[in-house]
Amino acid sequence: MGRKIEKLLIEFARIHRFMMSFLREAVSPPYEFKEIIRQCYEIGWKSFPLISLTGFIVGFVFTKQSRPSLEDFGATSWLPNLISIAIVRALAPLVTALIASGKVGSQIGAELSSMNVTEQIDAMEVSGTNPTKFLISTRIIATTTMIPVLCFYVAGIGLLGGYLSIATKDDLSILAFFTQVFESIAAKDVFAMVLRAVVFGFTIGFASTYVGYYSSKGTEGVGKAANAAVVSSMFLVFIEELLIVQLLSLIG
Amino acid sequence: MEKKKVNINHEDVVIQVDNVSKSFGDLHVLRNVDLQLFNGENLVVLGRSGTGKSVLIKLISGLLKPDKGDIQVLGEIVNHLDERELRVLRQRIGFSFQNSALYDSMTVRENLEFPLVRNKRKLTRSEINKEVEEVLEGVGLAQAINQMPSELSGGQRKRIGIARTLILRPDIMLYDEPTAGLDPLTCLDINSLINQVQEQYQTSSIIITHDLSCAKMVGDRMVMLLDGKFERQGTFEEIFDTDDERVKPFYDYNFIV
Repeated sequence: MGRKIEKLLIEFARIHRFMMSFLREAVSPPYEFKEIIRQCYEIGWKSFPLISLTGFIVGFVFTKQSRPSLEDFGATSWLPNLISIAIVRALAPLVTALIASGKVGSQIGAELSSMNVTEQIDAMEVSGTNPTKFLISTRIIATTTMIPVLCFYVAGIGLLGGYLSIATKDDLSILAFFTQVFESIAAKDVFAMVLRAVVFGFTIGFASTYVGYYSSKGTEGVGKAANAAVVSSMFLVFIEELLIVQLLSLIG
Repeated sequence: MEKKKVNINHEDVVIQVDNVSKSFGDLHVLRNVDLQLFNGENLVVLGRSGTGKSVLIKLISGLLKPDKGDIQVLGEIVNHLDERELRVLRQRIGFSFQNSALYDSMTVRENLEFPLVRNKRKLTRSEINKEVEEVLEGVGLAQAINQMPSELSGGQRKRIGIARTLILRPDIMLYDEPTAGLDPLTCLDINSLINQVQEQYQTSSIIITHDLSCAKMVGDRMVMLLDGKFERQGTFEEIFDTDDERVKPFYDYNFIV
C-alpha cells in the first residue's frame, strides 16, 4: 500500500515537472513555428475527413431522434432551436474531443513512444537541443489551437446534417433554418463551446505527449502508450465536461 | 589496416570519472568506477552485454545521473549541471547511438541540419548547406542527402549518425557499439571512419564495444568492465595476456580459437 502511494506521488511530481517544463518552453524563445504549423496540419487538416463524417452523422441522427418528442407537442418547428443549442453547447466540443482523442491522441502517443524506443529523443537531448520545445510544446500548442477550429467546423457540419434531416420531412429553406439557428444561439453558448474546445484540446495534447514521452521501452511500450493516450484523454475529457457544466451553470 | 600514430596529451584529462556507482533497483551496474580519458585519445571500453558499458557513456553525457561519485567532462562536473548548462556542454560532445537514432520523419539533410540550426542560430542558409555537404562528404555519403533514413542500409545509417554528431564539431565523441549488427566489411569501414574522425576533428573518444577487431583497430588504450568494475586496462595485448576465465573466452570467441 505504502509503495503504491509512493508511486502515485512520484507520478504526480513527474506530471508537475512535465507541465512546468512545457509552460517554460512554450513561452520562451526561440519558437518552433515551422514545427507548430506542421503539427497543425497533421492534427487539424488531416482530421477533416473523419470529423466531417462524424459531425454530419451526429447532427443528422440527433435531429432524427429528437423529432418524435417534439412531434408529441406539435413543436417540430422548434427543432432548429433545439439542435443548435445542443450542438453548439455540448455535442460539437464533445464529439470533436472524443474523435481527436482517438485519432490524434493515439498518433501522438505512438509517435513519441516509438521515438523514445529508438532513442531519437535521447539523440535530441545529447545534441544540445531541447526535446520538450520541439516535440512537446509544438504538439500541445497545435492541439489547443486546432481542436477549437475543428469544433467550429463540427458545429457547422452538424447543423447541416440537422437541416438535411429536417428537410426530408418538412418544407424548410436553408436560409430560414440558419436564421432560426442564429437567433437561438447566444454569445455565452459560443463562449461555452470555445472554452470546452480549448480545455479539451490542451488536455488531449498534454495527456498524449506525457504518456508517449514517458513510455516504457520496447515495442510493447509503443502499443501501451497509444492505448493509454486514448484512454486517459477520453477519461479526462469526460471529467472536465462534468466540471465545466457545473462551472457554467454556476456562472449562469 | 594499421592505425596511424596520433598525439595524445596525457597531461590533459578531458573526462574524469571518480568513484561512480549506478544501480537500477537491485541491479548494481557500476561499482565505484574510476576512469580517465586523455585529450586526443581513443579509449575502448570492452565488456559483455549488460555489464553497464552503455550506462557509462549515458552517465558521461548526462542522460543518466550517478547514484554516487562525480563525472567531470571538459572541466565541468556533469552531475552538478542544470538542464541549460548541460545543453551547452553537450554541444561539445558527440554521441553515436547503437541504432543510429536517426529522426525517421526527416531526410538526411534535415537530420544533419536539426542540431546545427538550433545551436548555431546565426548561420545563413548557404553556410548551413555548406556545413551539411562538407560533413556528408567526409563520411562518404554526399549522394544520400535527400534520402529518408528508411532508405539507407545499416552501415549508411551509422555513418549518417556519426555525421550528425560531427556537424557541431565536438571535442569528445562517444560511440555506443559502432559495429553492432554490421557485416565484417562494413565494420572495417566504420572502424576506419572512427580513426578518420579522430585525426581530422582531433576528437577524444570513448568507444563501447564487444567487437575485438573494432577494439584493436581503433583503440589507443582499452579498459575491460568486469562485474561492475574496470579490472583490466592497457593495450589490446596487455588486456588479453591473462588466464582469467572471465576474459579468455571473450578473446577466443572473437578470434575463433
